[in-house]
Amino acid sequence: MTSLRGLVEKLGHNIVVNLYELGKFTSFGLKFFYWSFRPPFRIRNIFSQFVFIGNKSLFIICLSGAFTGMVMAYQTYFGFKLINVDTLVGPIVSITLAKELGPVLSGLIVAGRAGAAMAAQIGSMKVTEQIDALEVMGINGIQYLATPRIISSCFALPILTAIFQFVGNVGSYLIGTKVLNIDEGIYFSKLSEFMYIEDMWQGLIKAFFFGFLISLIGTYFGFQVKRGAEGVGQGTNKAVVWGMINVLVWDYFLTSYLIKIL
Amino acid sequence: MQTIEYQEPIIQIDNLTKRFGDHTILDGLSFDIYKNKITTILGFSGAGKSTLLKHILGLLRPTEGSIKVLGKDLNIMSDMELREFRRNFGMLFQYAALFDSLSAYENVEFPLNEFTKLTEYEKKERVEGLLRSVGIKDESFNKLPSELSGGMRKRVGLARGLALNPFIMLYDEPTTGLDPITTKMVNDLIIDTAKRNKERGMTTLIISHDVRASLEISDFVAFLDHGKIVEYLPAKDFRKSENPLVKEFVNL
Repeated sequence: MTSLRGLVEKLGHNIVVNLYELGKFTSFGLKFFYWSFRPPFRIRNIFSQFVFIGNKSLFIICLSGAFTGMVMAYQTYFGFKLINVDTLVGPIVSITLAKELGPVLSGLIVAGRAGAAMAAQIGSMKVTEQIDALEVMGINGIQYLATPRIISSCFALPILTAIFQFVGNVGSYLIGTKVLNIDEGIYFSKLSEFMYIEDMWQGLIKAFFFGFLISLIGTYFGFQVKRGAEGVGQGTNKAVVWGMINVLVWDYFLTSYLIKIL
Repeated sequence: MQTIEYQEPIIQIDNLTKRFGDHTILDGLSFDIYKNKITTILGFSGAGKSTLLKHILGLLRPTEGSIKVLGKDLNIMSDMELREFRRNFGMLFQYAALFDSLSAYENVEFPLNEFTKLTEYEKKERVEGLLRSVGIKDESFNKLPSELSGGMRKRVGLARGLALNPFIMLYDEPTTGLDPITTKMVNDLIIDTAKRNKERGMTTLIISHDVRASLEISDFVAFLDHGKIVEYLPAKDFRKSENPLVKEFVNL
């Protein structure tokens, strides 16, 4: 009886703590929207964050995109060959890259790289009183630090996803036509027959949403940092873990919604 | 507590009380901070000094009581008004709190970029003047905070705090954890800054638990204990205080 009571108490405590955290996160999100529409609009900060998130992720996105496309082409080819539809490698890989792998893998890469960096940068500013210094000057920390990162991330991730898709398709084309000897003409004719612009849109819309989530989570955990270097490490870790989990979970919900409207 | 002869107040604190849940941090404080003077608030760790500072800056709202700064009641100001109002303050943080991605020059330029419409030339004049006035040499202007010593960082932090010509300059534990030579340097800097800005009526408020340094540089010293001001005297009389807590603190 006592142990059951303890279990219920623990469960209740965890529910309350998690609801409280969710409330804080929601409040942070609302503050982002509030401060996004208030001057001054720091365009230079947005641009420099765009360069950090976009430009500096370019190499790893191209590398991952190329190898993903190449692997997908191989795997699809040998699977499809069993049922004599190996000429469909091009469109299948392209649609998969456009709808799923492009946005999800780009999202996971950006969560690991930029999301972690956001939490670490803001977290270390928090523990060294740099955010307090901003507040004392009359500058809102969320407006100055979170808003440019979130806005630039929303636009950088779709561009990175488009690049991932393009490079992945190039990889798939090279493996399909040069290594697996699929006829080049058939490869492109099947691609144009089965691949639609809506498939691209689906991926880009997801990428926009993932960009928002990853940066919101990264900046949120940066602002929650306490207790020195250890706290910065914990905040960074949480930003990466929750960023990745959210990309995967929301991918399901977005897919189930977008598939109906596009 | 003895009484202080009339001075022009710049910060008026009346029955200031702050509670977090059942815990009372500030317990009905009432005192004034005087224009053009250097005032230090002393106290043990956890006495409520930082909470008091946050109230003066309008970063926290009182549970009860009021704070008037430059004649304006902070309680009735909106968050946006408070944000604007904070530009009347300059602040030097305990560890300077310089923006680590910006050079010494850019740190001082930062508030000018944010809040003024000065030309590039005017900004350059102002930033270089401020950095030189706190003893930073030209070759250190472009160094990052990580490349500066603790004392140099404090100097740059002070220059940044003074960039917008504040009416009230706040120092949070300016000498805590410093060696005696750097402590003397920081003390000299505080006195020198107060003197140079006296004509335009700048007031200095220091939060500290460094008794010796505080008595050397201050005009007035207040002692905060468990959220209450237990002593508030001209610095020259502070050592003579009959309050047992103050006696113990001074003789530590």
